[in-house]
Amino acid sequence: MIPVCRIEDLPEGESVRIEIDDTTPAIAVFHTEDGFYAVDDTCSHQDASLSEGWVEGCFVECPLHAALFDLRTGAPACLPARRPVRTHEVSVLDGMIHVRPAVREEAVA
Amino acid sequence: MTAAMRTVTVVGASLAGLHAVRALRAQGFDGRLVVIGAERHRPYDRPPLSKSFLAGDAETDALSLSDAEEEAELAAEWLLGTPAAGLDTAGRAVLLADGRRITTDGVVVATGAAPRTLPGPPLAGVHTLRTLDDALALRGELRTGARQVVVIGGGFIGAEAATACAGLGAQVTVVEAAPLPLVPQLGREMAQLCARMPAEHGVRLLCGTGVKALRADAGGRPAPRVTAVELADGRLLDADVVIVGIGVSAATDWLTPSPLALRDGVLCDEGGVSSLPQIVAAGDVARYGELRAEHWTSATEQPATAVRNLLAGATVARHTAPPYFWSDQYGSRIQLAGRRGPKDTVRIVEGGPDEGSLLAVHERDGEITAVFAVNRPRPFMRLRRRLATGRPATPAPPAGAPAAAHGATP
Repeated sequence: MIPVCRIEDLPEGESVRIEIDDTTPAIAVFHTEDGFYAVDDTCSHQDASLSEGWVEGCFVECPLHAALFDLRTGAPACLPARRPVRTHEVSVLDGMIHVRPAVREEAVA
Repeated sequence: MTAAMRTVTVVGASLAGLHAVRALRAQGFDGRLVVIGAERHRPYDRPPLSKSFLAGDAETDALSLSDAEEEAELAAEWLLGTPAAGLDTAGRAVLLADGRRITTDGVVVATGAAPRTLPGPPLAGVHTLRTLDDALALRGELRTGARQVVVIGGGFIGAEAATACAGLGAQVTVVEAAPLPLVPQLGREMAQLCARMPAEHGVRLLCGTGVKALRADAGGRPAPRVTAVELADGRLLDADVVIVGIGVSAATDWLTPSPLALRDGVLCDEGGVSSLPQIVAAGDVARYGELRAEHWTSATEQPATAVRNLLAGATVARHTAPPYFWSDQYGSRIQLAGRRGPKDTVRIVEGGPDEGSLLAVHERDGEITAVFAVNRPRPFMRLRRRLATGRPATPAPPAGAPAAAHGATP
């Protein structure tokens, strides 16, 4: 579990990018009206940071080409993205937001 | 849909062509669909060619715009590797360079644009950067240790290519004929700010001088190899590799002579309909009213409108979304949306040139005409959305921001 920040530091509508280490892709954590979500920060289409995207409901719109991702599943909802972004488990412990980075597919293969 | 539309031919198999194919099927066209592509490749995304693809070692597969599953659903005939050579005089058949003739009821022209080149015979080491093959050739040469790179043209392709070359450790000089790069695209004030970026990134920018000639060695095979660039002011720049980024021309040569009206592109109304109702155009090749946008986003948006009008047999829809483009250069991300006018003023509303990021608005009569950002994607996106929904009220500067930092002269 990776600590992200305290709840009060991530108000609803905000997002934050966290870097874990050199081998783990950066993660974007969102506080939406439905709660907290975390997905890979880099858009599956091209090099853009989803933590800088536009959040509406459970979706984030990429700031570069307007690809839309469902934060609950990571699935793209429209072009130009065709591949999902990975989702990560978020939990809150004693007011602190934590992320459990998903195990990478190649690591379990 | 007009009953006669049994075959539609999409000429051009890149971004706009693929989006036209998608739009045709999405809008219910179930007839024969033929796609003609000059390149041998299936549709791929060009923006990374001057960015990550050039600087890194990504496989070409990573650029694919579609996949086997979607291609099966689209059920189109892809004729790749053979350019179109013309239309018959009635616009009822597309002629291919290899002699084939595709009889068709409707045509979507999406042939894009071709890079301008320098006069003179071809030289080894001199590259344009538009296609995947261009990028592979240039990347191959950069890998083999080109130390001195001269980029001719300080526009988006030139700046992005210069960034990639500098990142690979080459000494890079950008030569720009105008006094300042990117003025037509960004306006003078913002172009001035961006002109500081090359030096901060270790790239030399020489403005206000044209290229007189390329120098080459005598004995290169199969062609002589470039050794230096001679500038109009007499300076000589040694070069292992020269990248020519001096703009593109709409790819309409194949339409000359043609039953279509051409003027720096295929002349269309704002719905992408050409001078013949059964021929529409989209992407870099198309002039919608007064605007021919050479933008990725336009190539993804215009086809749906053009196809709708093609299938309706009349202009029932217009493409009105504000133009949008971005560029990654010298370590910064530049974004601009909207239509700047010559009488607009420009004002920085967040950040500033010394902060490495800023958000600026172009305004006319109290309304925002365009939004510009350097490394400020989120607030840029907010204003871009307001621009698109037609609520472009001028934002108040945020607390602590410099008030009207750049009150520009008209």
